[in-house]
Amino acid sequence: MSRWLRIQQVREISLLIIFGLILLFFGTQITNYFSARTFNRISGVVALITVVAVGQTLVVLTRNVDLSVGSIVGFTAYFLGRQLSLFDDMNPYLAVSLAMAVGAGFGLINGLLVSYGRVPSIVVTLGTLALYRGFLVEYSGSTSIATRDLPDWIKELPRVNLFTIGDIEMRVLPFIAVIVVIIFQLILTYTAFGRRLYAVGSSPEAAKMAGIPSARLVTIAFIISGALAGLGGFIYLARIGTITVVAAQGLELQVIAAVVVGGVNIFGGSGTILGALLGAVLIGTIEQSLIRMRINEFWKDASLGIFILIAVTTDAVLLNRLREWWAKIRQRNQHSEKTKNTVEV
Amino acid sequence: MRIFQRFPWLQRWETLLLILLVIVIAVNSQLSEFYFDADNISNIFRLSIEKAIVVVVMAFVIINAEIDLSVASIMGLAASVLAYTYEAGQPLIIGILAALIVGLICGLINGYFIAYLGIPSLVVTLAGLIMFRGAARILLEDRSVGNYPDWFTNIAQAEVIGPFPITIVIFIALFVLCYVILQYSTFGRYVYAIGNNLEGSEYAGIDVKRVKMWIFVASALIATVAGIFYAARLGNIRANAAEGFELDIITIVLLGGVSIFGGKGTMLGVGLSLLLVLNLRNGMSLTNVNGNTQTSVVGLLLILSVLIPNMAQSFQTWWARQSFGDKEKRLKTEEV
Repeated sequence: MSRWLRIQQVREISLLIIFGLILLFFGTQITNYFSARTFNRISGVVALITVVAVGQTLVVLTRNVDLSVGSIVGFTAYFLGRQLSLFDDMNPYLAVSLAMAVGAGFGLINGLLVSYGRVPSIVVTLGTLALYRGFLVEYSGSTSIATRDLPDWIKELPRVNLFTIGDIEMRVLPFIAVIVVIIFQLILTYTAFGRRLYAVGSSPEAAKMAGIPSARLVTIAFIISGALAGLGGFIYLARIGTITVVAAQGLELQVIAAVVVGGVNIFGGSGTILGALLGAVLIGTIEQSLIRMRINEFWKDASLGIFILIAVTTDAVLLNRLREWWAKIRQRNQHSEKTKNTVEV
Repeated sequence: MRIFQRFPWLQRWETLLLILLVIVIAVNSQLSEFYFDADNISNIFRLSIEKAIVVVVMAFVIINAEIDLSVASIMGLAASVLAYTYEAGQPLIIGILAALIVGLICGLINGYFIAYLGIPSLVVTLAGLIMFRGAARILLEDRSVGNYPDWFTNIAQAEVIGPFPITIVIFIALFVLCYVILQYSTFGRYVYAIGNNLEGSEYAGIDVKRVKMWIFVASALIATVAGIFYAARLGNIRANAAEGFELDIITIVLLGGVSIFGGKGTMLGVGLSLLLVLNLRNGMSLTNVNGNTQTSVVGLLLILSVLIPNMAQSFQTWWARQSFGDKEKRLKTEEV
């Protein structure tokens, strides 16, 4: 049994159970909840959080944190919007690459300061959070991008349907998020780069002795986080259309919340992309469902905060106890097997 | 570097801050003729007094190797609680008491989860940041509440000593008190010890959990007081009051030479850095630099404040290695 159900997966399984309970709860509260419309509404929000959260996961795995993602999303969304309104015949793929390149540039600055300047990541990204937002203000001259300035393809992008499963439409933006999740989960599980990220996060000293180039890895993690925030900027532009200087302000909080709820250890070394995805799905679902319940949209933030606290506390207190108990049982089993063997001998 | 051996204080972070402060003041006085006006000097403090008050306690939190991201939300929540009870027709003093009680509860929540359940403060106070701001939104929704009685708005405006209102006097008293507690009391030593080595302090018999609990409760309570002052100064409160202040507050503390990993930094440095940032912002306002650009300048300053000492240290080790190499070479040639 322990072969296919590892203790590390308890977190994901418990998240799935919580997700099921939340769906059941909202299902009883909101009429017509289980419909394609709900799915589309939630998946749009989740797509943005997920894409940025994947990058954040890589950074958090290495014992760092990237608080500047909200500002990067805001800047790239505005930058891309401006470019698209100037050159409206721009190739969509070029537009996406442009956004990701700008984001990667910002990520590179973060990464270099953290790994080669040896400035703690929380200090660097707290600074660049303000700095990149300042760039946006300067670049935009406090003007905003309006939906009507944008070319048609990007305005229609959120409604483009790729394929349909039963009643549920898979639209382009959530599909991008799914692809990103699959790619990075595979990278983390099967490539040397991915495993080394875990190594750096769980024990920097040991990683150094094993000859792992930590500085380079951390820089790459920040570049990827920046690039994915750039992709997030593209998604934000497509979904919202109207971009002001406060675009995506505070998004970093939701992203970090998704990562933490998804079971990625804030002190590095453990966690999965799938977990971050689940965290993003949970947060997006709660947020959108509360808005639809029309109780009072102002409850949204308060319940989100409480949820994060509960999720993290259950992990720290209950799951730790469960892990200890599990380990004890396995030890006992191994012990009894050993004694059996000696008796046979 | 004989000069540093002769005058060790030259190498201290505080000296650098003092030099920077003098430069900023000199530049400011050149840029604007109004800089040394009593009104302007009072304004430097008056317009950021809430942040200044929270900075003093945040120094304790960060020296203790923790972080409190929720202070700005607690400020907003305190102001909103006060506004909400006032709107409901209660006398203002009830509102102030209610705000203090709510602040105490926020601090107890933060402290309990961090000290007794052992959850990282970054996560707990991040949740607090979202949760307490949400609570403020539940109370005030999108209304704005104003028209407070005169005695209340006077707290932040009436000039008590010279051009300074009572809030500034309270701030100075708090600063001196915290200076003494942090640098000269047992509790202050505990704060440093825990920040330096948590396990070691536990073995040394320090009640780590209680110290941490106290710090987070104090942080929340002081943030509440700051929130009340904020309401008094603005005279008009919305649920987004003080949003984003945590960035400025943490920046000032770190710029003061407090290490984000805890255990290092002094109240003197924090005070100097506070003066530096306030004067810098004031100078930029006098020359019409907009608020967002001011924030990015402070952000840049924050990064540089850690980056430059690091680079200097790398240079020093490189230099030492270099001259050591020379010595080795010389020794070898002498042997030959």
